[in-house]
Amino acid sequence: MRELNVIALANAKSKGKRPYFFDDPAVERVLAITMAVAGELAVVHERLDTIERLLESKGTLSRAEIEAYRPDAQAAEERQHWHAEYIARILRIVQQELEALQHPEANRDLEEIAEELSRT
Amino acid sequence: MDARTVSPSVPPVWSTIATHGVFPEAKHDEIARYNFLANLNKYLSTVVAPGNRIAYEKRVRPRFRAEHGRDFQNRDEVRKAMKQDPYYQMWSALRRTTMEMRQQNGRSITIRQAPELAEKAAKLNEGKETLVLNPSVKVPHYLTVMDNHCMPGSYHTELFEGDVSAAANYDTGLFVTTAGGLGRLSDGGGKAIAQWVLSQYPEFKPKRILDIGCGLGHNTLPLAQAFPDAEVIGIDVGAPMLRYGHARAQSLGVRNVKFIQADAAQTGFPDESFDWIQTTMFLHETSFLAIHRIMQEIYRMLKRNGLTLHIEQPQYTPDMDLFEQTMRDWDAFYNNEPFWGVMHDLDPAALMEQSGFDRKEFFQIGVRAVNDLEDFTKPRQQPEAEDYGRAAVWNVFGAWKR
Repeated sequence: MRELNVIALANAKSKGKRPYFFDDPAVERVLAITMAVAGELAVVHERLDTIERLLESKGTLSRAEIEAYRPDAQAAEERQHWHAEYIARILRIVQQELEALQHPEANRDLEEIAEELSRT
Repeated sequence: MDARTVSPSVPPVWSTIATHGVFPEAKHDEIARYNFLANLNKYLSTVVAPGNRIAYEKRVRPRFRAEHGRDFQNRDEVRKAMKQDPYYQMWSALRRTTMEMRQQNGRSITIRQAPELAEKAAKLNEGKETLVLNPSVKVPHYLTVMDNHCMPGSYHTELFEGDVSAAANYDTGLFVTTAGGLGRLSDGGGKAIAQWVLSQYPEFKPKRILDIGCGLGHNTLPLAQAFPDAEVIGIDVGAPMLRYGHARAQSLGVRNVKFIQADAAQTGFPDESFDWIQTTMFLHETSFLAIHRIMQEIYRMLKRNGLTLHIEQPQYTPDMDLFEQTMRDWDAFYNNEPFWGVMHDLDPAALMEQSGFDRKEFFQIGVRAVNDLEDFTKPRQQPEAEDYGRAAVWNVFGAWKR
């Protein structure tokens, strides 16, 4: 038997045209992606919850310890860096739109550049 | 209900689902994915969906009246006006997304283990005369023209010979879409109708029962269990459903049930060969010509003094307001149930009369799922927020053939 492409098959479209409800389908596309990401965050949360409960039941640590945990200076610094990087990664497009505003010279239209390169 | 003051009940976790010999195994994260989805569905139906009524009364209806100098005359007008409303747009977009996520989630669980599931089914089905597949049965147009409820490949598509993944996917996800409202085996509809018949007609002793469009048999098995001396036959056009359904029945120890691949409109069964013919949430997935042909076929196959019953969501009657009709009709257009609206507009008494039944023998009742997850030590909760078209409360219509 041929190996199934599970990833592609799991995400397959159903037969019949998909309805879009917002005036701009791009908004709906982003909503669909956002809800999928929200789902995956819930999945990670549930997994973490499992780990905490298992660790507690085995006496490795208690959930009260987790709640009471305060990072020392170095850990705090590392964690804040992680947050900063994480947020920047998620909001990449916002940063790039800002850069476009700040540096219009570095934001030329690619068709225009292609045309230019075709004659220079 | 005010969502801020009433603590919302939560849906059962997916792992409370009952398993059987051909049920797919699910990993930790796959279960979590379904748990998220059940909660998202619950949130949409209890918190978000009720806002549509407010948007309708406060914005959509007054605007229509102002523009047209009259009220809505039909639900088509309501739907088109609602489609312009940002609140309805948001709810609809979210609801559509949950339908697609449900398919993705279920398919990612089942397709990865499709070969193993096929093997398990084959082992349970091996040498059994109670599974009769007939590959020459043509899948009707109403199933091939689009995929019902956004289920890619519908009931009949096989990824390889012997595949049961379509049925396994259906089996895992029904519990999520209904938030456990049909019980651990999603068989609350079959149990309800079996119990209703037993209590209403204690003298009725059906020897042969036919369940049309049986799918994976989740509503067929309760009939076989409630009438252990009867021979119960489930028919469907989808081979994956029948293979899986038969294996499931074998594994659950229900042996007085046979699964046969056949088209509901021309089954090949002899005249007057059944005492009871049942459909459960099936007729709305057919078509106008097909439903009439199927009803005639039912009349033909039914013995004198035989009973036929059909479980569906409530019909759209003139006393059902246009807003509710519109909400109930959402699935027709946006969840690939294109016959839903037409079917619920039909006069079931006329449909049955045209098929040969005596109008005097027609009746209509309401039933509610028998759910093994319900806490019987507490009073029965009335469903406060209706998840239009999904509630485990049905309209049943039927007739005796005299």
